[in-house]
Amino acid sequence: MPELPVEIPIPTPHQAVFIMVAVATGVASLLVVTNRNLFYSALCLVGALFGVAGVYVLLEAEFLAITQVLVYVGAIATLITFAIMLTRGIMFGVTSPNNRHMFAVMAMALLVFLLVAGVVDRVPWAVAEDLTLSGDGKSMIVDLGWEFVTTYALPLELIGLLLLIALVGAVMLARDDE
Amino acid sequence: MVPLQAYLTLAAFIFSCGLYGALARRNAIAMLMAVELMLNAVNINLVAFWRYGPNRDDLAGQTFAIFVIAVAAAEVAVGLALVIAIYRSRKTVYLDEIDLLQG
Repeated sequence: MPELPVEIPIPTPHQAVFIMVAVATGVASLLVVTNRNLFYSALCLVGALFGVAGVYVLLEAEFLAITQVLVYVGAIATLITFAIMLTRGIMFGVTSPNNRHMFAVMAMALLVFLLVAGVVDRVPWAVAEDLTLSGDGKSMIVDLGWEFVTTYALPLELIGLLLLIALVGAVMLARDDE
Repeated sequence: MVPLQAYLTLAAFIFSCGLYGALARRNAIAMLMAVELMLNAVNINLVAFWRYGPNRDDLAGQTFAIFVIAVAAAEVAVGLALVIAIYRSRKTVYLDEIDLLQG
């Protein structure tokens, strides 16, 4: 086999899975914002949210991955699909899905991405030397639950109150007055 | 291991997609979906910094991500209720046609 002039890095299985998940998530999120048909956008959003759950699994945050699938894919994506169905009839309209600032916004978003990616590339991140996790996934979930009822007890109560108020408010807003 | 920079770049890409969608789309529901993408990108960053940081026994990164998910759920519920209420009275969900407060 002839020697190649440049050495092509062979990805480990972990890296190969990350590349696949990252490409799928990136393409899906790009389709969410570019698709003309709002319903296809919602389906791509489900794909992107699943991809983010995969990223959590790769980062060994399994509980968060399950929460992501339950809350985002199970509840939020369903809610968005229902809203699209309820406001049907104008979603496949003949008018443009984008406003008149579209190209300026596109340039700005590209600039933001290049800026952040450049900064990410240059900053010497203080990454820990030893990246192994202490304990298994089960003990981490136990720790997470313990944190919620001790250190983060007040924020947890407040978030519960916020969800209650928001959902009651949502029902009041969407209710038919007659 | 995958380098930390790979996760941060992926998150930056998803965030930029969301930014474009939130500012350029006319449909209010499409804008809400783009905001969800931005929140997800931020969550990836939080979890990646937790995983690669010096103190992984402190689960603050994951805790914060869960709080972000809860707030996003509240936001999308109220947002979609507003969209449905506006659609009922104005028969439109295009943001540039909702100009009741414009003088």
